[in-house]
Amino acid sequence: MSAPLLEIRNVSKRFVKKLDVAGKIAARLGANISEETVHAVDNVSMTINKGEVVGLVGESGCGKSTLGRVVAGIHNPTDGQVFFEGQDISALEGVRKREVTLAVQMIFQDPFASLNQRMRVEDIIGEAPVYHGLTTRSEKSDYVDEIMEKVGLDPSLKKRYPHQFSGGQRQRIGIARALAVKPRFLVCDEAIAALDVSIQAQVINLFMDLREEFDLTYLFISHDLSVVEHIADRVLIMYLGRVVESGITEEIFDRPVHPYTSALLAEAPRLDQRKREFAPIKGEIPSPLEPPSGCHFHPRCPHAIGDCSRQAPALEVVRRNHIAACHLRERFG
Amino acid sequence: MTEVVQQDLASERQVQTIDSETPFKRFVSEFFDSKTASVALFILLSIIILAVIAPWITPQDPYDLAQVDVLDGRQPPGAEAFSGYTMWLGSDGAGRDLYSGILYGLRISLSVGVMSGFIALLIGMAVGLLAAYAGGRAENVIMRVVDLQLSFPAALVALMLIAILGKGVDKIILALVVAQWAYYARTVRASALVERNKEYVEAAACLGISHARIIFRHIMPNCLAPLIVVGTVQTAHAISLEATLSFLGVGMPQTSPSLGVLIANGFEYMLSGRYWISVFPGIALLVTVVSINLVGDHLRDVLNPRISTGGGKAK
Repeated sequence: MSAPLLEIRNVSKRFVKKLDVAGKIAARLGANISEETVHAVDNVSMTINKGEVVGLVGESGCGKSTLGRVVAGIHNPTDGQVFFEGQDISALEGVRKREVTLAVQMIFQDPFASLNQRMRVEDIIGEAPVYHGLTTRSEKSDYVDEIMEKVGLDPSLKKRYPHQFSGGQRQRIGIARALAVKPRFLVCDEAIAALDVSIQAQVINLFMDLREEFDLTYLFISHDLSVVEHIADRVLIMYLGRVVESGITEEIFDRPVHPYTSALLAEAPRLDQRKREFAPIKGEIPSPLEPPSGCHFHPRCPHAIGDCSRQAPALEVVRRNHIAACHLRERFG
Repeated sequence: MTEVVQQDLASERQVQTIDSETPFKRFVSEFFDSKTASVALFILLSIIILAVIAPWITPQDPYDLAQVDVLDGRQPPGAEAFSGYTMWLGSDGAGRDLYSGILYGLRISLSVGVMSGFIALLIGMAVGLLAAYAGGRAENVIMRVVDLQLSFPAALVALMLIAILGKGVDKIILALVVAQWAYYARTVRASALVERNKEYVEAAACLGISHARIIFRHIMPNCLAPLIVVGTVQTAHAISLEATLSFLGVGMPQTSPSLGVLIANGFEYMLSGRYWISVFPGIALLVTVVSINLVGDHLRDVLNPRISTGGGKAK
């Protein structure tokens, strides 16, 4: 079997808030302040094969967007490596580096902030292809027309500015901008979360159409389980920077092992159980500044045993195509 | 009830016009919603035009010593000059017609103000953008220099520089640039910090666009609004600063009088009843600076969405 399209190995991303001079002096004098480190992503590994759609699910603040940005090359990982077609992207140089940079593109959550308000749509979409020589200045107009049609935008609107479009249209502009550099891998960071439900469906369908047409692979980051269930081949569940469970979609949704996954699934609204009461997962998501010891989920877990607070469980195989990080996986699996 | 309906219609219409207009057209129409600002802009443009066409509408070239006659000195407004023309605003101690002197002085004051403001803007913008984009140690060093600079009064910085460099138009411009670039740097850095963390900058980085291009094509255009506001206000400040320096005798030389020099010339005659030598150039300076400030103030209201109410009638 050939190398997976994208692989990340033991990737961690930490954000450190260094002390300024005043802080250092205060700390020296005995004040109770120290450097703050956020473990946004903690030792995550995954592989994504060509043509797959992988869903990345978790509560807000669990590090899924940071992981997406590491994959897209916007953040460099603090530890670990990202491989594209078997090559470590941090070791690439020159033409190949640019190829890989362009091959992995990102669709952002906020269709307002992700478009430059001062540029016309034509320039937003056409800037990078001209810059990288995928088209010429004189052919830019036709090139942009073609891409705008592909994403369902009227090319006659290309002289307009982003503020003259609706949220759904703006998201299409963002998709067109990414497609313009002929990517092979798209990271969709909550790409539909800011849209109306009716528009969400359209944009998801657009993603799936584009997948076939351009042979795309997706990392689909979302907190919306129903969307992920609908489109993803495989799912990763993240909690506080760590992957707690992953596997093919049906497995995860039908037979979840990790108590966190079960809780998430139980609370997802479903059409066939409209009138039931919802019981949110008890407690709040802990601060990533001081994550709980052992298994990060143990303070909120209804099944926690003594070991859970002492030792972090490793990801182990539960069944074929299904891994989970829980000391009690045998009981639940 | 009808009022509510009308309001609804009005707001709907506004939404439509906003949708069909470019940001620039919207900005222009909002700007002219304010009468004060429109009048100020009109006065400012008139002053600039008068200054530009001064050689063709004044009876005397105050820089040409052959045309200046000492016998015309200290004449009251409306007196007739030796060579025949009427001096509507009187003349100063050296026999310069004040009307001519003020227009020529405006030329110098405006060009020194605009030139120094523009150069300071370019330098401050580049430094501020660099600080915001680079972050870390570079930002710290740059911003501490800015803080240091801003902790001295601008007039003091300019005075010290003039004392070191000597007199001359180029030196005054240099002194004003050094005294003012830090304001621009601080303003740009503040807005660039906000822009840098927006997703469109991440998108540009993801698309493999170079740092320089991200800074100048993406971040810079989004920082221009506050910069234009600071630019107008600081230009007015530069003009009055130049007048201050000239008044103190360290600015423009006597042979090419700016407004500040004219005011200084008349100062000694104030108590002898010859008010016009100082007062008329003073009024010219006042009107210029106030109209620039009014325009700048309103620009800030229009360009800042948090203050602007949409109709531009913030006050």
